[in-house]
Amino acid sequence: MLNINEILETVQMIQDECLDIRTTTMGISLIDCADSDIDRSCRKVYDKITRLAEKLVATGEGIERKYGIPIINKRVAVTPIAMLAGVSGGDPVKYAHTLQRAADTIGVNFIGGYSALVQKGFSAGDLELIRSIPRAMAETDLLCSSVNIGSTKAGINMDAVALMGKIVKEAAELTAGRQSIGCAKLVVLCNAPEDNPFMAGAFHGVGEPDCVINVGVSGPGVVRAALRRAGPDVPVQQLADVVKKTAFKITRMGQLVGAEASEILGVPFGIIDLSLAPTPAVGDSVAHILEEMGLEKCGGPGTTACLALLNDAVKKGGVMASGRVGGLSGAFIPVSEDAGMMDAARAGALTLEKLEAMTSVCSVGLDMIMLPGDTTAETISGVIADEAAIGMVNQKTTAVRVIPAVGYRVGDELNFGGLLGGGPVMPVSRFSPEGLIRRGGYIPAPMQSLKN
Amino acid sequence: MKAVITIVGRDAVGILARAAAVCARHNANIIDVTQTVMGEIFSMVMLADIEKLTCDISALSEEMQQAVADQGLVAHVMHEDIFNAMHRI
Repeated sequence: MLNINEILETVQMIQDECLDIRTTTMGISLIDCADSDIDRSCRKVYDKITRLAEKLVATGEGIERKYGIPIINKRVAVTPIAMLAGVSGGDPVKYAHTLQRAADTIGVNFIGGYSALVQKGFSAGDLELIRSIPRAMAETDLLCSSVNIGSTKAGINMDAVALMGKIVKEAAELTAGRQSIGCAKLVVLCNAPEDNPFMAGAFHGVGEPDCVINVGVSGPGVVRAALRRAGPDVPVQQLADVVKKTAFKITRMGQLVGAEASEILGVPFGIIDLSLAPTPAVGDSVAHILEEMGLEKCGGPGTTACLALLNDAVKKGGVMASGRVGGLSGAFIPVSEDAGMMDAARAGALTLEKLEAMTSVCSVGLDMIMLPGDTTAETISGVIADEAAIGMVNQKTTAVRVIPAVGYRVGDELNFGGLLGGGPVMPVSRFSPEGLIRRGGYIPAPMQSLKN
Repeated sequence: MKAVITIVGRDAVGILARAAAVCARHNANIIDVTQTVMGEIFSMVMLADIEKLTCDISALSEEMQQAVADQGLVAHVMHEDIFNAMHRI
């Protein structure tokens, strides 16, 4: 029998502490849509997505009403489009328009998979797709793009790193009139997971089933409120305990929603991504959780330690609550999408270098960071290489999603609105890695890759 | 199949009556009610059997919210499974 305190706790989490399911993402394989004629291929892509995901949004909304829990995003992730472009040839931007049209028809918030996996080299379609990314991002609104340039098993493709620096710059320039928003939908990954439900890095991996439902949970506000109730004087291990218990409850809810959506849609339930995903809304910040642990400002000394504790405790609590865990699973630290991170960056407490350190203990990487418009392609490549090295050696996912906003300088403010948020342009080192990036080639896989 | 109905806000006359009326109108059978008033804050949790509900749960939820909104109260109608999932292993 339920007791009244448990009921009121759940209601309070949803009403006052921004508890929600961040996303239900349907993964759809497009392998069977590949055709040597690009127009026919596009038609098959559109038909398959709109057929399988026709009821995705309505199902999500039905579950929201039944349980009284908001499901913020309904999304679709597809097979990396570079594979289809490799078969069909032609201008890959045709696929971009097709995916945008499919997303409009089914009413999802984002569609991911304008992607290429090039950690060990380029195959047919990869280079064409990557070179078309800036145009695809400028000409669509809901499409997200990702490129995997490294992995623990393969090492880092430095040719791809050099190319992606240029692509990020070009994406910024083609959307210069819109605060370079093209870059907000483009992420460069190392060790990209194939079942990630979160954008911009979501794509449907080749080892996945034909169609699958993945769920991303959230709840930074709930974790912070629970830590506040624990008080300022409890020892650190008790903070870990509080986070674990809270993560367990949040994840159980995700499991319930995922199982129900999977049953209604008749599609297998893939994974739960145990992530603390912030939003710009007040009370939904990961930075504020770290500050609740006892930091004056996120980014100051102690931040990496607090984040390591948080990230680990979220996984420990969540893993028992779910049948299958995957995706990124951990704490996200995007700057523009987190009110506390924005404040910390404005105050000068949070710098690019500190964020880099933080990414070695959290789930993703340098995320939604606004850089000055005159940042060079080589500098961005250098940042990508550093971040990929952290991921490669630590056998974890890392990513770079930076926005070198054309016409903006350090201290200027951007505002994308919605979940993408906004925030100040942050300084980046003025010392150039040009000599390294020009070399090209690859960084061989590290010793950590030799596990057999 | 049961639904948990919660209403929280400033105390006033007839809140429980309004909630019960909505339940009766849609054939939701009230099984248990707990309510307290702390200071001026009214808090109620109601458990209702919705096996023979004549509308769907989202319509019940919407009507419940409308029934108490003019008094500045917040109502939630949620399927019991969410509480079982969160609080029972």
